Amino acid sequence: MKILVCISHVPDTTSKINFVENDTKFDTNGVQYIINPNDEFGLTRAMWLKEKSGATVDVINVGGAETESTLRKALAIGADKAIRINTEAVDATQVAKEIVAVTQNDAYDLIIAGRESIDYNGGMVPGMIAAMLGASYVNNCVGLEIEGDKATAAREIDGGKETVSTSLPLVIGGQKGLVEESDLKIPNMRGIMMARKKPLEVVEPNGATALSTTTKFEKSAPKGEVKLVDADNVDQLIDLLHNEAKVI
Amino acid sequence: MSVLVYAETEAGKLKKVAFEVASYGKAVADQMGTEVIAVTFNAADANALGNYGVSKVMNISADGNFDAKIYASGIQQAASEAVAKVVVVSSSADSRYLTPLLAVGLDAGYATNVVAAPSNLAPFTVKRTAFTNKAFTQTEISSEVKIIGVSNNAFGLVENATACTVEDFAPSLAASTITVESVDKATDKVTIADAEVVVSGGRGLKGPENWHLIEDLADTLGAATACSKPVSDMGWRPHSEHVGQTGKPVASNLYIAIGVSGAIQHLAGINSSKVKVVINNDPEAPFFKAADYGIVGDAFEVVPQLIEKLKAFKAQA
Ligand SMILES: Cc1cc2nc3c(=O)[nH]c(=O)nc-3n(C[C@H](O)[C@H](O)[C@H](O)COP(=O)(O)OP(=O)(O)OC[C@H]3O[C@@H](n4cnc5c(N)ncnc54)[C@H](O)[C@@H]3O)c2cc1C
Ligand SMILES: Nc1ncnc2c1ncn2[C@@H]1O[C@H](COP(=O)(O)O)[C@@H](O)[C@H]1O
Repeated sequence: MKILVCISHVPDTTSKINFVENDTKFDTNGVQYIINPNDEFGLTRAMWLKEKSGATVDVINVGGAETESTLRKALAIGADKAIRINTEAVDATQVAKEIVAVTQNDAYDLIIAGRESIDYNGGMVPGMIAAMLGASYVNNCVGLEIEGDKATAAREIDGGKETVSTSLPLVIGGQKGLVEESDLKIPNMRGIMMARKKPLEVVEPNGATALSTTTKFEKSAPKGEVKLVDADNVDQLIDLLHNEAKVI
Repeated sequence: MSVLVYAETEAGKLKKVAFEVASYGKAVADQMGTEVIAVTFNAADANALGNYGVSKVMNISADGNFDAKIYASGIQQAASEAVAKVVVVSSSADSRYLTPLLAVGLDAGYATNVVAAPSNLAPFTVKRTAFTNKAFTQTEISSEVKIIGVSNNAFGLVENATACTVEDFAPSLAASTITVESVDKATDKVTIADAEVVVSGGRGLKGPENWHLIEDLADTLGAATACSKPVSDMGWRPHSEHVGQTGKPVASNLYIAIGVSGAIQHLAGINSSKVKVVINNDPEAPFFKAADYGIVGDAFEVVPQLIEKLKAFKAQA
């Protein structure tokens, strides 16, 4: 079995968000980059599938050279090969098309992407890849078992969970639940050393065009002060919620 | 030419988000000087969309469970039939599941988490949230057909009485590649995704045996219950209630956090709620910086009082 894990290179959640060049660019100054958390759950699940049934696991990113440290981390966690498509990611359509172009030469049985990236929060790339490939697709995936060319997956739905069966090739939009946080591994020295010798292929883009662009950023308005209500005066809270905030 | 809205149903009835996408669609259609057409699946009460500006409903009959591929194929054909230039969908789990498929089918640019009507038609520009609500972006869509995913509760309901006709629409639906084996869902409870009000409990509640406080408060308000991550990790509450960066996003009108410290990863998921209330005995808890209203106090004393006073308030109203 061949597995491809899509890796989005994103600022750590605790990073300060700032913009430069007249609010047209994200300020990368002092920002710590990580593997998108949803992708890390997926990558770890892929490692387990590899241990169980001897799959090969490739990781892929569409982005500039600055994302290579994140791809190296994925290799240190245990991926076999990394692919970087050498172009700036502009929108989900372009990213999905570029990834699909790579899979045309090299077909995968299972493609794991994240439910959404924590930077642009698009939540679109896995579904678009599935549609372009005509593959089966399960989003909000919180459980996955593969047996031959059959897959059983759990999908989180509003208010609960659903179990589905389908066949490969399959694309999932993964999240926590595929594995738990305690299952995530910080790469050890040996993994980091081995990662240096693993292939990181740089592929030139296929020229896919984006259908949308971000032209301007704006920080959320700073919040006003909290209004404190005395603990023995909950009536005042009810009054504020009813008359001022108008939410009850 | 038209604006097409996908108006979702649950068990044959329109959901609240259906009226919200209709309201949004009407605003866009007015800007463009065109009409709003809705596509629905198995809607028994489709006429009600006329109250929010829809002039025609194309109702599709489909058997069985929701299936992203089947539904996307139906909506795609409705969009072609209606010559839709803009398609509006909600941010429900189902809409977010099917819309990327629809976007590829229509060769359409798609913006999610949109919070306002387009600020410009040429170039077509919308405002959306990004960086888990820490920022907004202006996004331009350049394709012929554009898809807008409206953030829940961001646009709200705008009544606009319109003469509305309902027609059956029978597209050739795609074949499914997914079989639903089982569904595990509490049907008698308000879900976090649909809720106007969410009551959330954290580790400060000490143990699952105290959750009656959260549940009673939620019942009084007709709210959904939620929890912080450690609470679901310890098995006090089901994982489906965990909200935050690694859990469900919440975009309710009112979010009440009890015994939740307000860690950045928790706030990331609930920041787009309109009004936030915190009850915590530690005045230094970071949640007080993110909240609109707060009570510094012991949850075990404050919450029972709040429930009692709210019941009285509701009885009076
Ligand atoms: C990568 C990553 C992702 C994460 N994702 C999430 C996520 O999605 N969602 C999430 O929630 N967390 C997430 N976390 C965890 C987060 O950092 C916090 O640890 C967590 O939110 C804390 O939960 P809590 O507020 O319930 O508990 P605590 O931080 O222990 O806070 C309990 C609060 O209760 C108060 N309290 C105690 N007793 C009382 C009382 N009697 N009355 C009133 N108040 C009382 C205390 O003052 C305290 O503020 C994530 C962490 C990481 C590293
Ligand atoms: N530039 C990228 N390169 C590789 N994978 C990506 C990229 N952007 C997004 N993805 C994948 O698609 C998922 C969803 O991203 P998004 O649609 O941007 O929210 C991410 O979790 C990644 O798995």
